[in-house]
Amino acid sequence: MSKNFRPDVDAPEWRGGHTPYDIIKEGVIALVVIGLLTVLLAVVFGSPDVPAITIKSWSNAAPIDFANTALSELNGTSLTASYGAPYNVQPSSASQALGPLKLEYWVGIHIPINTTNDFVVDPLRALPNQPVLDQNLAQWTGASKAQRATWVAHYTKAASGMKFIDGQVVVKTTTAGPVPVMINDLTQMARSGALDQALITGDSFYSTDYTESLLFISDGNYLGDVATKQHLQGNQWGVMNETGSYPGQAWLWLYTFWYQIPPFSTSGNGDILVLAVMILLTAGLTFMPFIPGLRAIPRKSRVYRVIWREHYRNQNTT
Amino acid sequence: MSSQVDRQWTTRLRRRSFGRLPPEKMLPDTQPSYVASWIYVFGVATISALVVVIATGCVLAIFGPEWWHVSNIGHFVNSLHLWSVEIFFFCMVIHLWGKYFMAAWRGGRAMTWITGMVLFLASVVTALTGYVSQTNFDSQWISTQAKDAVNASGGGAFFNLLNPGQMLMWHIVLLPLVLVALVAAHVIMVRIKGVVPPFEDDSVAATRAADVESTGAPQ
Amino acid sequence: MGPFLLAALVPLNHPDHYFQWHFLEISAANAIVIVLMVVTFIAALLLPFPGRRGRKGNP
Repeated sequence: MSKNFRPDVDAPEWRGGHTPYDIIKEGVIALVVIGLLTVLLAVVFGSPDVPAITIKSWSNAAPIDFANTALSELNGTSLTASYGAPYNVQPSSASQALGPLKLEYWVGIHIPINTTNDFVVDPLRALPNQPVLDQNLAQWTGASKAQRATWVAHYTKAASGMKFIDGQVVVKTTTAGPVPVMINDLTQMARSGALDQALITGDSFYSTDYTESLLFISDGNYLGDVATKQHLQGNQWGVMNETGSYPGQAWLWLYTFWYQIPPFSTSGNGDILVLAVMILLTAGLTFMPFIPGLRAIPRKSRVYRVIWREHYRNQNTT
Repeated sequence: MSSQVDRQWTTRLRRRSFGRLPPEKMLPDTQPSYVASWIYVFGVATISALVVVIATGCVLAIFGPEWWHVSNIGHFVNSLHLWSVEIFFFCMVIHLWGKYFMAAWRGGRAMTWITGMVLFLASVVTALTGYVSQTNFDSQWISTQAKDAVNASGGGAFFNLLNPGQMLMWHIVLLPLVLVALVAAHVIMVRIKGVVPPFEDDSVAATRAADVESTGAPQ
Repeated sequence: MGPFLLAALVPLNHPDHYFQWHFLEISAANAIVIVLMVVTFIAALLLPFPGRRGRKGNP
């Protein structure tokens, strides 16, 4: 026996008995039992399927929320417009950092999105046979950056009194240039379902990329309101939850725990901070075999005395 | 010619593989008598759950990602897939708890423990790609929220949760391959090294310590 | 055209109950799962394992 036997690292050599063991039979029994349990749970409880929100359903259910979101895309104040990497160029302060590590910022723009053009102007341009809209779009395109900014600022100021009357977005302003027509027409486009199609990302007929539609929807309040009702918000421990009363992802308890307490809950770098902590803890658990002290806990806790009680009993009687 | 045959890759690989894992070890008919607790069933239970997950996933794949929204049978298969995933994580975590309290990394089994942990992490990522592939409200919410954490690490530039096509391919091709490969490695390691023996009984450990003390040998 | 829903015996599409204590919040469903896991773990440790034949073993 090695004189350097470390009880938390080394295992004693087994010189004791063996018992018959049918590994294939065990596997088959396990598969049948688990299979039957799965069928039982599926038959009894089923599974959830809350239908996806479309821009059409959103803008019809909450047209003012939609119109305000469209305005935020146009005036660059939406979450997406001000996000930074990987979507658009912003100062590095817009991206999350872990001390000097600005991973998000350093990786840069790989999914370029200009919300003014991609979410508002280009979809409107695609609408055929719209003489009034076309005139307004031409006015927008022909104007200077400063002029556009002035129109948008005037509209934004008046938008606090936005109303939806007879299917039209109404904002009381006469100094906003083409912006009122653009926002109202985008809302109509949304309500018809045409904007859902126009925002599917990619240049080809076939696309499975919904980045733009999803970012646009998540910039509004409507998606979040549905999520709040389902207890899926971050501060509702929503990361662990499922829609309805279904069990969710209990294994994410520690990951979402950090988000509930400062500094993670109050920092603009919350995500990268939580990731850093979880990477450290996960590394600790993964490399447990090499960490003295931590790797001694199983032996010191003596739970093994219960697991192997028969073995110890047999040892003491022989 | 025999030395030429000996040097062949095939010959060397076969001898190395079967040397380390002969058929009697791969498919044993006995096990050490200390393997006598219900805690030992949770490894095979986890694998069984994974088999059900993959099988139900294959059925979902036959008819495509929208099928379960419009078909009663499809919805039932989705339910099977969801519950087998819940059972999979349930059994895997209990297996982890059991192996932790057995300090199952002992005796040169560190890689078994590590592959197990990596499997857990890979399973969490596989589940995430699955959740964003449901093509319903849940996918919309989870993808738009989780993207912030992925973006914060710089990964969002390449791993776009908002691209269901990409996410579905990770979920049904790349990650299952990773999981199956890791499970195979994990199980083969258990078969090669055997199930970890119990800690020495207190009296035996005390005797060992006394022996060392009396011989003055360094510990 | 809405989605078909299989008639599960006990569908869980209604809002869940949530347990709250300070900033801790857990759904009833997740709480049940976690409690079941702990109970199962303890049961697995404590329940006698069958098959005493040959336990004292053939070397």
